[in-house]
Amino acid sequence: MRRNRTTPEVNAGSMADIAFLLLIFFLVTTTIDTDRGISIRLPPMPEENQPENDIRIKERNVMKVLVNANDQLLVNGELLNVKDLKRRTKEFIDNPRRDPNLSESPTKAVISLKNDRGTSYNIYITVHNELKAAYNELRDAKAKADFGKPFEKLNEAQQNIIKDYYRQVISEAEPENVGGA
Amino acid sequence: MKLEKKKKPAPAISTSSLPDIVFMLLFFFMVTTVMRQTDLKVKVVVPQATEIQKLEKKSLVSYIYIGSPTESFRAKFGTAPRIQLNDAFASPNQVVEFIEKERAARAEAEVPLMTTSIKADKEAKMGIVTDVKQELRKCNALKLNYSSSKRAEVYN
Repeated sequence: MRRNRTTPEVNAGSMADIAFLLLIFFLVTTTIDTDRGISIRLPPMPEENQPENDIRIKERNVMKVLVNANDQLLVNGELLNVKDLKRRTKEFIDNPRRDPNLSESPTKAVISLKNDRGTSYNIYITVHNELKAAYNELRDAKAKADFGKPFEKLNEAQQNIIKDYYRQVISEAEPENVGGA
Repeated sequence: MKLEKKKKPAPAISTSSLPDIVFMLLFFFMVTTVMRQTDLKVKVVVPQATEIQKLEKKSLVSYIYIGSPTESFRAKFGTAPRIQLNDAFASPNQVVEFIEKERAARAEAEVPLMTTSIKADKEAKMGIVTDVKQELRKCNALKLNYSSSKRAEVYN
């Protein structure tokens, strides 16, 4: 005697469990690593037979930041803690008290950064970060004063006005191997 | 006439669409997951910073890793920080070649938008980083990003 066989239905009840298991696996292994960092633009390599351009910048308009191989910071010949760098930079750029030793105007201010080959990358990033932070804060303050909005929220034309005022000139000298470690 | 409320048992919530929902989530994660393409041969702990920006187009970013070799490579390469390009250790003068290859792999119109991301260990010295920077300047890859993580503390 033959039974009438019907194909048994596939039980889909455990489908959810399987899917959950896979889901949890992917949830755990996924690292949404956003790539973030400090963006800079390198200066182009000088042309070979380009005459050395001899732009004279007044001494007071340059803030010299030196980092040695021991990760010590020298700002205009004065030992400084990294934590004070931002405040000092802002003072230098803005010069609210018209100090004759600080920059004439924010547009003319230049920051010269020089480090040793033995300087640690960590301190270099920290210094760069503080200098950038100083500019960003000043730009933000000006944006709020002039347009009543933070810098980020301005349109491009307004941002350019402020960028022209606080130009952010951070020039990096070629590092030297002075050592000191 | 009296309206009598009939007590109905609460209907069971249908779970038949649960697999569909879960599968949808699963596919989302499967699609968004980016498997790391290169095996890291160097140990990289990026420094921390506050003024960080997101890298916009990931497909246009080339990575240069700098750090001391991981355990298994120590015997051969020592502990001094080295450069890793793609899957191999490299010397600074190979950077130009690497950038040229990266450029060749992309459309010409996208080349000016390409960014180089330096993922260097915070213990590394500036000497090696500077060498890489000089090489990048040589081949005119001027857009640079120093990979760093977010620091909560802000210095005043």
